[in-house]
Amino acid sequence: MAELMYREALNQALAEEMERDANVFLIGEEVGRYQGAFKVSQGLLDRFGSARIIDAPISELGFTGLGVGAAMVGLRPVVEMMTWNFAILAMDQIVNNAAKLRHMSGGQLRCPIVFRGPGGAGGRLSSQHSQALESTYAHFPGLKVVAPATPADAKGLLKSAIRDENPVIMIEGERLYALKGEVPEGEHIVPIGKADVKREGKDVSLITWSRMYYFCEEAAKQLEAEGISVEILDLRTLRPLDEEAILATVRKTNRAVVVEEGWPLAGVGAQVVDIIQSKGFDDLDAPVVRVTGLDVNMSYAANLENAIQPDAPKIVAAVKKVLYREGA
Amino acid sequence: MASKYSKDLLLTMYRKMYLMRRFEERAGQQYGLGKIAGFCHLYIGQEAVAAGVEEAIRPDDYMLSGYRDHAQPLARGSDAGMVMAELFGRTGGYSKGKGGSMHIFDIEHHFYGGYGIVGAQIGLAAGMAFASRYRNEDRITVCYFGDAAANQGIFHETLNMAVKWKLPVLYICENNRYGMGTAIARVAAVPEIHKRGEAYGMRHEAVDGMDVLKMYEAVKDAAAYIRAGNGPVLMEANTYRFRGHSMADPATYRTKQEVEDERKNDPIPRLKDYAIAQKLAKAEEFDAIEEEVKQQVDAAVKFADESPEPSLDELWKDTIVEEGEEDVRPRERVLGVKVTNWPKYPSGQELKVTWDLEPREQAEKADKAAGLKR
Repeated sequence: MAELMYREALNQALAEEMERDANVFLIGEEVGRYQGAFKVSQGLLDRFGSARIIDAPISELGFTGLGVGAAMVGLRPVVEMMTWNFAILAMDQIVNNAAKLRHMSGGQLRCPIVFRGPGGAGGRLSSQHSQALESTYAHFPGLKVVAPATPADAKGLLKSAIRDENPVIMIEGERLYALKGEVPEGEHIVPIGKADVKREGKDVSLITWSRMYYFCEEAAKQLEAEGISVEILDLRTLRPLDEEAILATVRKTNRAVVVEEGWPLAGVGAQVVDIIQSKGFDDLDAPVVRVTGLDVNMSYAANLENAIQPDAPKIVAAVKKVLYREGA
Repeated sequence: MASKYSKDLLLTMYRKMYLMRRFEERAGQQYGLGKIAGFCHLYIGQEAVAAGVEEAIRPDDYMLSGYRDHAQPLARGSDAGMVMAELFGRTGGYSKGKGGSMHIFDIEHHFYGGYGIVGAQIGLAAGMAFASRYRNEDRITVCYFGDAAANQGIFHETLNMAVKWKLPVLYICENNRYGMGTAIARVAAVPEIHKRGEAYGMRHEAVDGMDVLKMYEAVKDAAAYIRAGNGPVLMEANTYRFRGHSMADPATYRTKQEVEDERKNDPIPRLKDYAIAQKLAKAEEFDAIEEEVKQQVDAAVKFADESPEPSLDELWKDTIVEEGEEDVRPRERVLGVKVTNWPKYPSGQELKVTWDLEPREQAEKADKAAGLKR
């Protein structure tokens, strides 16, 4: 199997789907001649031409609306947000139109569109460029939301998203683009709505997604050295949530820590905890603990930026808390 | 001098305008009776715009509107009973009662919806027009919006792209002079909306939207221009709504005198007088049309009234497309009419995209001039 970077895996998925279906086109800022702000669309302009790899003006609301309109009449647009921070400008088209078209038309319309781009904090970018916005989109019925952690999942989920008949939000890890991993060639599909046990364990479950998965791995290694066996469930899809997988891991380990990069209030993790306490309460040996970003705006200062985000030591501490171990 | 219009055209436009008028009057009455709720934005006074447009374009051209959206589908040929049932929130409605007054959708007649957020449809229309070009379809998109929508960001963002990419779209601003209760002149730096097309190098014009024949002529010309591949047109139809913004609005922000003056321009008697003066039709022929339409609207109200409320299991349908799920064909579902003109789009394998958004030679030339290497 080839080792690819996360961005290359996405590029491969896009190219394969565009090859397969001429209804698929990519629109966004700098996706064409610049080859993609994060190089996800590298080489695609030469391969597919300017009608299918479209350099949009910096008008998120406008080109998002254009994408939604094209999807309403049967094309399959992939709208690249240079970052999800800018997509806030396009919220009306994503939320008020794409998510609601099928309902408002009583089932006459469908909107097969993918909105994708990097999300997440870090990189000394301060408040406006540095936020994890998954829960914002996961809030709305009518959208699907995916957030892959590995290159293989990135490829498989993007292919599924493009083939899906519904609007799909794909939040890629801005800090993951250069990360390498094995990626199956060709038809590699990861179904939307299926979580993945990335590490088997028996003492405690870490439930997470996207970049936080790597902090969980780091924490798990440390904890294994101390004799604590950690299971990691990567949700991969945040809407719909894989309730079965969440309950199954809790049934196995009886303890859970939910790790998310975003803010605590109304975070996706809050919903995960609700699922566990309402449907898996009898399996719990301790209250579920959450590790989230701090409830503040992101700072530029390096030490503050680090303090705001979850990391392996915070996860280790949370695990010890659910295990009633020392230092919690 | 003989009229250049056929009797058939005039009577068709008259029938459509009269249907819109009677329908909206009955809708207002049913709102008063509590059968229709929410907002209910009536089109009364603006009928010449929709009727003129409809006869000047093709039935399979795409169309979208804002929240004042009951009338344009009627002009397209949508079933009056099903539009009324939608206003009533009943299963017989186009959206099974889930969309209501602001969200009439009739895809069979290529009416892609009413939208409740001011201006939101302007972007969608560009996307639909984009799809037509992408698939080499000889089809334009007509997008209605109000004067107030021209102050939204999406208007400016979209016009820019539509011109740059020569999208086949006709933007029709129905300028009825008020954005809800605010006179457009109070809040718009340039209240003549069409002039804003100038800034984007877009063909633009103003039309007397109270005169159905002027609308018809202007749209016919604009549609031919767009279909020939020249790009979009911004048309401002100067019109007037005789009623408030919605049924909840008593419209105290304008004088009685103003409304009375405007009522003298009522497009419906205006067309009738013209046809009779031109000896194209007799008064009795109009009487017959009016009587038929009255009965049609009575039947629509009765149909809506008798249509059941949706069952609670409908709550869980029509949000996400499940695998293998078919799209709903409303007239087939409600009236048992075999739908033959449901849109079919070419699959990815059949489609050849030949269009160059930014022709390569041009791009390379520009690069060379700038000393760049691609």
